[in-house]
Amino acid sequence: MSTAEVCLWEDTIEAGASWALILRRGNSLRIEDPNGGANVAAMFYNFDCPVERYNMPDTLKAQHIAHLTKGFVLYSDMGRILCSITDDSCGWHDPLCSHNDAAAVASKYGASSYQTDRNAWHRNTRDNFLAEASKYGLGLRDIGQNVNFFSKVVVEESGAMIFVPGNSKAGDYVELRAEMNVLVILDTGQHPLDPNPVYDPRPVRFQVGQATPPGPDDPCRISRSENERGFINTERYFL
Amino acid sequence: MTESRLAPDAASYSSVVPAGDFWIHEIKKGQTFRIVDLEGNQAVDTLFYSVRDTSERYSAQDTICAQANIYLTTGTTLISNLRNPMLTIVADTCGRHDTLGGACAQESNQVRYAIAKRHMHACRNSFLLAVAPPSWNLTKRDVTANINFFMNVPVTPDGKLTFEDGISEAKKYVELRAEMDVICVISNCPQLNNPCNAYNPTPVQVLIWD
Repeated sequence: MSTAEVCLWEDTIEAGASWALILRRGNSLRIEDPNGGANVAAMFYNFDCPVERYNMPDTLKAQHIAHLTKGFVLYSDMGRILCSITDDSCGWHDPLCSHNDAAAVASKYGASSYQTDRNAWHRNTRDNFLAEASKYGLGLRDIGQNVNFFSKVVVEESGAMIFVPGNSKAGDYVELRAEMNVLVILDTGQHPLDPNPVYDPRPVRFQVGQATPPGPDDPCRISRSENERGFINTERYFL
Repeated sequence: MTESRLAPDAASYSSVVPAGDFWIHEIKKGQTFRIVDLEGNQAVDTLFYSVRDTSERYSAQDTICAQANIYLTTGTTLISNLRNPMLTIVADTCGRHDTLGGACAQESNQVRYAIAKRHMHACRNSFLLAVAPPSWNLTKRDVTANINFFMNVPVTPDGKLTFEDGISEAKKYVELRAEMDVICVISNCPQLNNPCNAYNPTPVQVLIWD
């Protein structure tokens, strides 16, 4: 683990499954794609006050980006940094697209039910998000924007969004450092623009560790002046 | 670019939203709703909620995913978080509209411009005040990623995003047909730190036809 000093625990999120994790300020989260082709939809909340949550527009416009990689940070709607992206081997994660729901999974991948397929039935990210969010007192009103780790969607000059297959190779990883106490809900369902007609979600491994605290020369802090101010807002919150 | 045949004189509702103010109003299924950029280059931050159940609302990510295009213009269907059509853009003399730039906020202004900018008027406060009456059944958790009508936020193939000078002009308009009963919330953007309002926020007009 590159920025973690200590691995606290690790586990697997199975294909098509979801897991809500609590990251304490200073924890790291490394997500690995062992087989390649994974997608991990993720939502982020301030665990201490979940009405503060990840905000896609504020993340994009503060950093003038339409993709995520090492050196960028994830902003809440309150001008604070929920997580920094401290390492990344695949270079592009999609912050633009949504996630599949039951109707999309049924129409794209065909009928499947628990009655016939037991735990191999086709899951969908929306229902998984709803179940995990509800465990922490959150609901449909709280399911806002998500990130899709390991997936790449390029925007052409016309505005057209093109899914790029094969963005994440076997062994690729992304590493986050929690700058606040964060509730993160992860789901391994397929990306909504993935043209693959087969239900084929991939599992991911994750490790929660203790990260090296961001110093004055931290790459995410100094990557642009906006982020320096984002760190100021975040550090003031914990004084 | 698509022009409308509807005459302003025939509208059942017409109002001017002054620069920096908010507007909240119900639009019934089948009604047509027009926003006019009266003086040009004015960002109109807009949210929609289902009247029947306000936990159903406009979803920027679902709308751009459904059409696989980030820009909104004639033919775009605005999609809810439950993946239902809420409104359809039926006329547009501006050409394209943004839904990635979100609303300005006191806190994001601190990040984007300077810590000392916190005092400046911002769209998110307008949204929060607009939905403050309990009868709307909306709170901060419901204030999600919005549309910015008349705003120009281009994205490049290498994944960069910028706020550019507007492509709108005086009297340009966008017109939408409601596919369900909706609550429309507008913040007529007061931002003075970037070119989204040409550094001079101005009024807009809202009209509704039955």
